[in-house]
Amino acid sequence: MSRGRAAARFWLRRPGLVAAVAVLALALLAAFFPGLFTGRDPLSGVPAERLRGPSLHHLFGTDQLGRDLFSRVVHGAALSLKATSLAVAVGLVAGSALGLAAGYVGGLLDDALMRIADVLLAIPSLLLSLALVTALGFGTVKVAVAVGVTSVAGFARIMRAEVLRVREATYVEAARSSGSRPLAVLLRHVLPNASGPVLVYAAVEFGTVVLAVSALSFLGYGAEPPAPEWGSLVSGGRDYLATAWWLTTLPGLTIAATVLAAGRVSRALDGEAKEASR
Amino acid sequence: MPRYLVQRLLQAVFVLWAAFTTSFVVLYLLPGDPVSIMASGGGDTNDVSPEQIAELKRVYGFDKPLVEQYGDRLWHALRGDFGISVQSGDPVTRLIAGQLPATLQLTSAALLLATVVGAGVALAATYTRRRWLRQALLSLPALGVSAPTFWVGLILVQLVSFRWGLLPAIGNEGFRSLILPAVTLAVPTSAVIAQVFARSLRAALAEPYVETALAKGASRRRVHFGHALRNAAIPPLTVAGMLVGNLLAGSVIVETVFSRTGVGRVTATAVTAQDLPVVQGLVVFGALAFVLANLAVDLIVPLLDPRITGAAATAVTR
Repeated sequence: MSRGRAAARFWLRRPGLVAAVAVLALALLAAFFPGLFTGRDPLSGVPAERLRGPSLHHLFGTDQLGRDLFSRVVHGAALSLKATSLAVAVGLVAGSALGLAAGYVGGLLDDALMRIADVLLAIPSLLLSLALVTALGFGTVKVAVAVGVTSVAGFARIMRAEVLRVREATYVEAARSSGSRPLAVLLRHVLPNASGPVLVYAAVEFGTVVLAVSALSFLGYGAEPPAPEWGSLVSGGRDYLATAWWLTTLPGLTIAATVLAAGRVSRALDGEAKEASR
Repeated sequence: MPRYLVQRLLQAVFVLWAAFTTSFVVLYLLPGDPVSIMASGGGDTNDVSPEQIAELKRVYGFDKPLVEQYGDRLWHALRGDFGISVQSGDPVTRLIAGQLPATLQLTSAALLLATVVGAGVALAATYTRRRWLRQALLSLPALGVSAPTFWVGLILVQLVSFRWGLLPAIGNEGFRSLILPAVTLAVPTSAVIAQVFARSLRAALAEPYVETALAKGASRRRVHFGHALRNAAIPPLTVAGMLVGNLLAGSVIVETVFSRTGVGRVTATAVTAQDLPVVQGLVVFGALAFVLANLAVDLIVPLLDPRITGAAATAVTR
């Protein structure tokens, strides 16, 4: 069977995965180019159109100040998904560096770093990020850093395991015995070959981090009020639960759909794509 | 006392010490100026007089060298003293202990519910012969871990309390007010338990003893619920132990959504007011809950499977 037909069959058999990729792509597009989806201002409202239900004119309805909720959710993607990306980047970079050092150097450094990772995993991650937010202060970037730090231990563990596996490989041995310097071996041979599972883990973490970031934003530690964030949009609708269901339901549904899609895509990256390409 | 138990206890003590040290570093070293953070109470620093700051410094020992501060705090923490809340002036330990019963009620109800639902979904998914039903049941966990807890809570309030008027939306008076918060908190937990249990059940059902039992004439139901269930119970149990910390953390959100009192609410308030001693006490408390839950699991696992003697119990999940 040709490659193209195999690929077509792979996607046709997985309509859920296709939908997940679409949702994720839309969410990321909204985060970086909100203008593509809506021309409405997320911050200023039309007082005459307060608390309107969803309609063709206002897809997600309007809030208590007459602001278009769809526009706020779209612009909220910018804050929430950029915060998520930053958090994953913090975990990925710091965790990989620590895992690389622990696995490659070994010995006492390895023991010490892995004990620290164990402890970080023993403190519930929401509590740890809350402690970090207490110390750093409030705001989208600080929330992102706080959440990112809690994922460092997970990344470090996976990177270390991969480095231990790759370190003994023949090509690493060959590079070392042919006189490459240790740092060059590490960066040119060990890191590229160890990074696959770490990147898959980054995809897995993406959904978890969206949830963590929006939870902190829901609790009120994210951006200052008028700026829309997914978590704070949900909490903003709390006072109107009985009268305006869309204010909490639709932003929350957006978060859930994004996390679900990220989970589906990361599962595909983890297993199915690998199996299919074999 | 068996040796593995001693080992476990020592590990637990180490984790607690390390959690204390981590929280000390995060809360008192990272900010650079913890005193003005505490003095501002989450607001502006400008309305705090220099005298107040000096007074705070003296009371909380920030005028001493760092090593001495750390030693002092650790020494007090060892005796269960985590200092005084900046906000209320109450001792941190009493503040947490006073709110503990409400949160224990919530988290244990949620854990019970999550175990029953999670195990039920996993058992039904592996037992049924209907393909669509199995697919549907196995896709539930992914939904459960994807829905934000705060959103699930608010949707439940919207439907059950406001639209149908069945249960109270807020507060913690009586059993009826416990139902919605416990269900909310149980959703992600049950999803994880179902996922892990379904996987271990499938592995157990592929073991040779299953075939032997069936060949000897045991009914499919008996093999499934008798043999496989017991053999597959350990991974979800160890995971449940690890989830106790998450339940505690989840109570921060659930208690906020349902306006309940409890440790979670204390946490949210303390973070908002940047009440450093309270937050530190809570981090150590979270680690304590995690450690105790895992110790309990270590004690139960050998009862389920005599081949496992503690030392190997946690290896199952690692």
